Amino acid sequence: MNWVNHLNKAFESRIRLGIMSVLLVNDWVEFTELKEMLQVTDGNLASHLTALEKLAYVQVRKQFIGKKPNTSYAVSEIGKEAFNEHLNALEKLIKARE
Amino acid sequence: MKNQPEPLETLTEIRSLMERSSRFISLSGLSGVFAGIFALMGTAVVAIRYHLSFTMEDYYSRATYSSGVPNGEFFVFLFSVALLVLVASLAVCIFFTTRRARKHNLPIWDRTAQRVVWNMFIPLSAGGVFCLVLLDHGIFTLVAPATLLFYGLALLNTSKYTYPDLRYLALSEISLGLLGCFVVGYGLFFWAIGFGVLHIFYGTRMYQKYER
Repeated sequence: MNWVNHLNKAFESRIRLGIMSVLLVNDWVEFTELKEMLQVTDGNLASHLTALEKLAYVQVRKQFIGKKPNTSYAVSEIGKEAFNEHLNALEKLIKARE
Repeated sequence: MKNQPEPLETLTEIRSLMERSSRFISLSGLSGVFAGIFALMGTAVVAIRYHLSFTMEDYYSRATYSSGVPNGEFFVFLFSVALLVLVASLAVCIFFTTRRARKHNLPIWDRTAQRVVWNMFIPLSAGGVFCLVLLDHGIFTLVAPATLLFYGLALLNTSKYTYPDLRYLALSEISLGLLGCFVVGYGLFFWAIGFGVLHIFYGTRMYQKYER
């Protein structure tokens, strides 16, 4: 049953799973785009992004477009590995139940 | 482990998010069907007006006088009809696509939509300029096949960012365009097949597959 340990606690929330899924297939995604896609509030999304950032799973890029601050996110190598491992564990979990 | 979300459900959700965020999935097959109908109507109007039969080489002899000088009036008419077909098709495409996006509560003009438009635009502009070059050199026979060829390449380029089914339409247009380069003089006929019949065929298939 050791694959259960591979289920990453960092990805237990649906929102974090959502963030990782979107970032995995897109290069840099803006905060507002993520918000629209996942249909969550600013504060909620920000706190989950900060958590993933602390784990170094996502990279952050802050820049100004005119006078407006603009923040984009991308998945890091570590994040990619961690997420893939999590997905593999999920798959095994499903197979074990069948 | 009890408070974990269902793993199967989680995987399905991940998959759908990946798909939704990287592909433009609001494109409606109906817009293809209507574009095809408009194209068939357009080619029919030109054929009737100039008493052309689709399968004869009249198309080419219409394009130039016996002296080899281009027939301006014919080209203006042809171009106007083509423009009308294009505008009508685009309008219908935008209408059905926004309708579908609204129905599924998806954003209409997001990054996936922009990518689709951009990836169509580049090969199509190149094709447009190339056709002007052909006209400038007086190579009228290759204009119709060239439009099909570049349209096919544009679709092939775009198929990566929307339904992969678009690839089959793209390959058909490219083959038809190449065939048209060899069998010259049937431009109107190839247009009717490429922009009319193929659009209706693949549009119907996509509609049945994704929108039923």
